[in-house]
Amino acid sequence: MLLELKHVSKTYEIGDTVIRALDEISLGVAEKEFVAIMGPSGSGKSTFLQVASMLAEPSSGEIFLSGQEVSSYNEIQRAHLRNKQIGFVFQSFNLLARTSALENVMLPLFYAGYGADSSEAREKAKVMLERVGLGNRLNNTPAQLSGGQQQRVAIARALINDPTIIFADEPTGNLDSKSGEDIKQILRELNQEGKTIIMVTHEDDVAAIAKRQIVFRDGKVLSDSAVHHKSSTTSKAKKQKGRS
Amino acid sequence: MTVASVAKLAFKSIMLNKSRSFLTMLGVIIGVGSVVLLTSIGTGLQAYVTDQFASLGSNILYVVPGNPFGENGGFGGEQAMIESTRPILKRSYFNQVLRNNRDLIKDGTVTAINVAEAKYGKETKKVTLYSIMSSYETVYSSPAEKGRWFTDAEEEKAERVVLLGKKIAEELFGQVDPVNKRVLLNGQGYTVLGVLGEKGGGFGGPSFDNYVYMPLETSFKYFDTELVDSFIFEVRDKEQIKESTLAIEKTMSKYLDEDEFTVFDQTQLLTTINSILGMLTVGLGGIAAISLVVGGIGIMNIMLVAVTERTREIGLRKALGATPNLILLQFLIEAALLSVLGGLIGLLIAYLGSLALQPYFPAKVTLEAVILAFGVSTVVGLVFGVAPARRAAKLSPIEALRYE
Ligand SMILES: Nc1ncnc2c1ncn2[C@@H]1O[C@H](COP(=O)(O)OP(=O)(O)O)[C@@H](O)[C@H]1O
Ligand SMILES: [Mg+2]
Repeated sequence: MLLELKHVSKTYEIGDTVIRALDEISLGVAEKEFVAIMGPSGSGKSTFLQVASMLAEPSSGEIFLSGQEVSSYNEIQRAHLRNKQIGFVFQSFNLLARTSALENVMLPLFYAGYGADSSEAREKAKVMLERVGLGNRLNNTPAQLSGGQQQRVAIARALINDPTIIFADEPTGNLDSKSGEDIKQILRELNQEGKTIIMVTHEDDVAAIAKRQIVFRDGKVLSDSAVHHKSSTTSKAKKQKGRS
Repeated sequence: MTVASVAKLAFKSIMLNKSRSFLTMLGVIIGVGSVVLLTSIGTGLQAYVTDQFASLGSNILYVVPGNPFGENGGFGGEQAMIESTRPILKRSYFNQVLRNNRDLIKDGTVTAINVAEAKYGKETKKVTLYSIMSSYETVYSSPAEKGRWFTDAEEEKAERVVLLGKKIAEELFGQVDPVNKRVLLNGQGYTVLGVLGEKGGGFGGPSFDNYVYMPLETSFKYFDTELVDSFIFEVRDKEQIKESTLAIEKTMSKYLDEDEFTVFDQTQLLTTINSILGMLTVGLGGIAAISLVVGGIGIMNIMLVAVTERTREIGLRKALGATPNLILLQFLIEAALLSVLGGLIGLLIAYLGSLALQPYFPAKVTLEAVILAFGVSTVVGLVFGVAPARRAAKLSPIEALRYE
């Protein structure tokens, strides 16, 4: 298992009330899987993604990444893990304002040890932006880009350190259907190239590009099943073999 | 990751949000600028007055009624006012002091002060009448720049003649040469004998250049008063100022009680005036300190307004792999750059301001003020620049990203 959660819970305390956003979740994700997390609003999808991606700490339980127990990591180890192993795509893009697409994509490289003006970093970021189809928008700031373009910058940023897993929380949630299609296409290609992707969505057509769907309800896993469409009626293991 | 590379990042961040950076700096600019400029006014004043006194010479002794240095005293203090309304010093005492101490005292003059309305042509001015003896010219080294001084004979005969201070001459006569013209004082005609050279002195207060100088006997005769303001003595030898003081006191005490008069020299006067000016500098320093606080609050405000945006930025940086220390380092460098740059601009403004004041005012920028202002505002800038970052760096990335 690439990623494994064991009895992971996350509670939020607001005044006297305790909200159990994740309730004893145990599940595993294998390399090269493409998982869609679904479920009604408030069921704990985002919380799951944040905890699994080291953006938030679990209240209890253990998380393993490539067999390493990472839930006990300290602040600095978690930062390095987020930088090197994890790529995150947010619903609201979260790009640095007034900063060019190129510099936004370079940011994780800086924290990976490249100099602030490293030409190597610049070149890498440029290649990554070309890959998401923004080779002609390198110097545009977020305000000068459409929503779909901004999300593509965010994907380039998530990919720049060649992470082990990509997490995406409703990546098409803020986009029109045309831009949404572009993003779906990019994610599909990434998975075909071998990237592991875990994506939250509540749209069926977006979930359909994944090969496994996990449905959440009240912080628990309601169902966990392979997606059945056109070419994918066989088992997950077989599919992955065919792909690589 | 080197500090230099984080510094580059910090510099980029400053340039990215120029208006926020400028407003942050503005607090420091105001703080440093006002502190340095205001204290430069205070210290400049002090230096100027000290210089003025030094240039007047130190072989002069004054005798005044009451005790201006005493507890109730103080120049312009209540006690001094009461004392001065009743004639204490008499011309005969002055003559006696001169007669008894020829060996020590070279010369002297009695002074009396009156107020009058001076008129020439259409110009009318309230003026201070400074009544003296002709010896004033040498005792106080005040030669006539135009015309001449009155003679002993003119003084004894109480002739209606005056000399004018440089400024009052200009104000009353404009371009006209006042010498031998007639000026009206309280309606009576006086002949202007001469105009004195510029003396300076007196910020806003009376200045020697604003006085109308009149023979003592003339003022006794026509101004209906024998109120003597002071005696001024010129000591033969500067080294003998102490002995002369004692000698004058000895003669005077034949006529007056010890506490009815005071003999003092300029060093004593200078000390008092300097202590007053010292208070003034402290007062201005207080005002400056308030501006520093105001500047500090300005910095704080901008930082607080920026906190939401910056907290989210910190959340994002953490999500992308920034460690808390790196974030703190970046914010520390940003705050330091802004504080130091703002401080330098503030200093430049204060310096230019003091230069602009020079023609009117002897402002003087001091190193102490520079260090104090720079130090305090830099610390305020650093503390308030880094405090929000410290807090945000402790949050989990997602908490920081969601900060409202
Ligand atoms: N930061 C938070 N503080 C308090 N409660 C939270 C917080 N984040 C999420 N929750 C609560 O946890 C539950 C799960 O939220 P979330 O994971 O965002 O759901 P979903 O993404 O499925 O809509 C909800 O009841 C939500 O109100
Ligand atoms: Mg959500």
